[in-house]
Amino acid sequence: MIEVKNIHKTFGENHVLKGISADFKEGMCNLIIGGSGSGKTTLLKCMVGLHEPEEGSVIYDGRDFTRMNFETRIEIRTEIGMLFQGSALFDSMNVEENIMFPLNMFTDQHRKEKLERVNFCLERVNLAGKNKLFPAELSGGMKKRVGIARAIAMNPKYLFVDEPNSGLDPKTSIVIDDLIQELTEEYKTTTIVVTHDMNSVMGIGENIIFLHQGEKWWEGSNKEISDTDNEELNEFVFASKFMRALQKNKK
Amino acid sequence: MIFHPLGKYILLLKAVFRRPEKWNIYRREIFHEMNSIGVGSLGIIAIISVFLGAVTTVQTAFQLVSDLIPKSVIGSIVRDSSILELSPTISAIVLAGKVGSSVASQIGTMRVTEQIDALEIMGINSPGYLILPKIIGGIVTIPMLVIISIGLSIFGGYLAGTASGAVTAQDFITGITTDFNPFTFTVSMVKAVIFAFIITSVSAYQGFYTDGGALEVGQSSTKAVVISCIAILFADYVIAQLLL
Ligand SMILES: Nc1ncnc2c1ncn2[C@@H]1O[C@H](COP(=O)(O)OP(=O)(O)OP(=O)(O)O)[C@@H](O)[C@H]1O
Ligand SMILES: [Mg+2]
Repeated sequence: MIEVKNIHKTFGENHVLKGISADFKEGMCNLIIGGSGSGKTTLLKCMVGLHEPEEGSVIYDGRDFTRMNFETRIEIRTEIGMLFQGSALFDSMNVEENIMFPLNMFTDQHRKEKLERVNFCLERVNLAGKNKLFPAELSGGMKKRVGIARAIAMNPKYLFVDEPNSGLDPKTSIVIDDLIQELTEEYKTTTIVVTHDMNSVMGIGENIIFLHQGEKWWEGSNKEISDTDNEELNEFVFASKFMRALQKNKK
Repeated sequence: MIFHPLGKYILLLKAVFRRPEKWNIYRREIFHEMNSIGVGSLGIIAIISVFLGAVTTVQTAFQLVSDLIPKSVIGSIVRDSSILELSPTISAIVLAGKVGSSVASQIGTMRVTEQIDALEIMGINSPGYLILPKIIGGIVTIPMLVIISIGLSIFGGYLAGTASGAVTAQDFITGITTDFNPFTFTVSMVKAVIFAFIITSVSAYQGFYTDGGALEVGQSSTKAVVISCIAILFADYVIAQLLL
């Protein structure tokens, strides 16, 4: 479980996170949703220490990450897997080397063992056999999937994914959502998914946090999300005609 | 104004020299950098060195109008100025342009595309992994380049001197073989090592703290070259003062 307590983050004059508190439970997909620029990525980066919040703390299973120094943070970081919004694959390495990189750095496995793990991860994201391609030769959606494969290579205890579905077709998108959910349940990971894709929200949103202008506006599950009277959330959820029609039907 | 970046630079260096996670991975990176910095710069260093020696010979001959001074002095002057100043300093300036800009843009691109963040997340000491191999690669190969440059510069001087008739082959060789002070070579190597450190670390610093996008990567790489060049000439002066 990851507990976030009263996180504040400002960039210059821009107060992006205004005291966010939330619990992210293990063995479950925790979603952070919200409009563009609402601070989702910033919250994620504060949690993993890529941004230092001015106030507040992030606690990984009782370990206060925000108060740790570089050396002690490494221990938690080796338990973290993260997919970046822009994939952040290493340009100078091919797909196989990208996924193998954390294994090379932190394990003493033999090459054969590592290669097996790489191929296993690639299979799970439907990219078997693409080992030797370089990031420049991949489509945006393929990069995303390699990013996920790299994030899960070390069997992380905490999985952070920033917009896994943007740039993917609906079918692959569902494959990725299902994969994330499977992994979460199988390995009891604490998974945090940033998204603004309503399909994902309805599909895997067991625990959802809705950010609006840097504040936690709403919290609940996909079963509750369509029945709230929270105006901003309704605007977000029912932005599409399709969802609006669905809501009318329900009534 | 200068103290804030200087402090950041020193802190970055402190992080660079943390204990590596895995030596064998660092070793592989070091060899890779040695190849790209050293072998990759051989061509340009060879060309400029030959011309440096040639120009020095012709101009020295032009300035030596008195018949009282033996022509062999030209050889000595070419030798000493190549070793002491021309080869280390001019090579360093050229390498600041070639190696510095590529180091800064490579690391800068990794910064703006979040590749450095990705390293950090994995628990890797990104300054160490990205910068240490470049610094070591530079410190090992740039002095070798300078030695090659010295040889080619003297050779260029010989060619230009004999071709133009400014000095005979015999005189030139007498010149370069008499009164050689080995200490000048030590000074030259000290310069090469320090310049190598400046080029790689300053450029890596510029790249590492790039903020923004592709445009800023370009600016970082320009800044890396300009600041490296100034730092090289400043260090050149300090070393000369201290050692000579
Ligand atoms: N490194 C940064 N420096 C300055 N401002 C930043 C930085 N990163 C984010 N911001 C600002 O913080 C705010 C929130 O950005 P953030 O990236 O968290 O949004 P987001 O919710 O992830 O949006 P999207 O859905 O478009 O990815 C924006 O106003 C942005 O301008
Ligand atoms: Mg975002």
